[in-house]
Amino acid sequence: MATAPDLQSLKVDYKRNPMLPWPFQISRVKRETEDTFTIELQPLGDLEEFTFLPGQFNMIYVFGVGEIPISISGDPANPRTLVHTTRAVGSVTKAMDKMRRGDILGIRGPYGTPWPIDHANGQDVVFVAGGIGLAPLRPALYEVVAQRERYGKVVLLYGTRTPSDVLFRQELENWRARFDLEIYVTVDRAMSGWRGNVGVVTNLISRAPFDPRNTMAFVCGPEVMMRFTTMELHKRGVDNDHIFVSMERNMKCAIGLCGHCQFGSVFVCKDGPVFRYNQIKDMLVKWEI
Amino acid sequence: MEDLKSILAEHPFFKGLDEEHFALIVGCASNVRIDAGKMILREGEEANHFYLIRSGKVTLQLMTPNKGPVIIETLDEGDILGWSWLVPPYTWHFDAKALELTRMIALDGKCLRNKCENDHHLGYELLKRFADIMTKRLASTRLQLLDIYGDRS
Repeated sequence: MATAPDLQSLKVDYKRNPMLPWPFQISRVKRETEDTFTIELQPLGDLEEFTFLPGQFNMIYVFGVGEIPISISGDPANPRTLVHTTRAVGSVTKAMDKMRRGDILGIRGPYGTPWPIDHANGQDVVFVAGGIGLAPLRPALYEVVAQRERYGKVVLLYGTRTPSDVLFRQELENWRARFDLEIYVTVDRAMSGWRGNVGVVTNLISRAPFDPRNTMAFVCGPEVMMRFTTMELHKRGVDNDHIFVSMERNMKCAIGLCGHCQFGSVFVCKDGPVFRYNQIKDMLVKWEI
Repeated sequence: MEDLKSILAEHPFFKGLDEEHFALIVGCASNVRIDAGKMILREGEEANHFYLIRSGKVTLQLMTPNKGPVIIETLDEGDILGWSWLVPPYTWHFDAKALELTRMIALDGKCLRNKCENDHHLGYELLKRFADIMTKRLASTRLQLLDIYGDRS
């Protein structure tokens, strides 16, 4: 069994001033679901490329409204286009939802620890996504699909609220059509016209085709979903050292200075957002944290 | 009957049963084939069987006045369908429909109920197994009720 990777060592050095937003122009807006959208951005000025690692996030500044952390959802192999997918739920994301092609946003990043994809070489890879949690996992999926021969079985288990909330539908269909990817989608509730699976995403784990003794699992979604998912993965036989989760807290500075995202002994912005499950599992059930 | 016996013997639900009890269960089993779109059981009807799904897909659904049938859960190969045969008044609480051609083993719950009354050891063994399924389904239902995908931004 491979040793657990040190996530901090995987981070890329940040070359620009980490507190200064860089202007990016929106080149495309795509509506994913009723309340979720994807924006594609191009850097302005002398920044030609924006390299990042799967799982990292940016601070997005809507001028005059505010700044929020959002995970990158695009393809790391295409550094000329920065992609973010988010739900319109707060004042900043609602303002973003009204923006159109040509509008300008400020970007700081990329920040945080990545999914340790390289360390899954030769192993089965299981992605478990809940709701909008599929967005931070998508760059890792792109990377695994691009180097498919390096991995054993590749499985995506994706749960969301209803059939109309399924994200990246076309991409999921394309991946499902391949013979070397196992894609399972389930929804929490559906009307009788839906021919797919109904039930929580954790129900898919017991029957998903992977070898638990040789698997790395990457989990992203609401915290409750991640807790139950890790329990099921562990029950199936996946070592906790091989389970990685992406945490979300109130990140403000994104460089571990302000303390807003403190989570027990760690800062989610600097030490995360991707954590080895063993590192944080005891904190997940402490409500004081 | 030999086929049924070997299929049931391989299913985790029946693992650990002693030979006598297992033989009783095999005696209550029969093969069932349901075409896609056909109802397997209906809410309010007498619940006299439970089913082990061998292949296909089954939806558990509930009829609602304004929305029509709402799917509560889908069950697949290997899943157990139905526990209302165990609990008075022995009527189904939901509808179940075959979403695709579904092959199942039906177990005669009415017959097993009587056997469980006479042999509490058998009754306990079966209840333990159904309690495990009920616990898992209850946990899933609680997660569904939380509507957890609603508030992650």
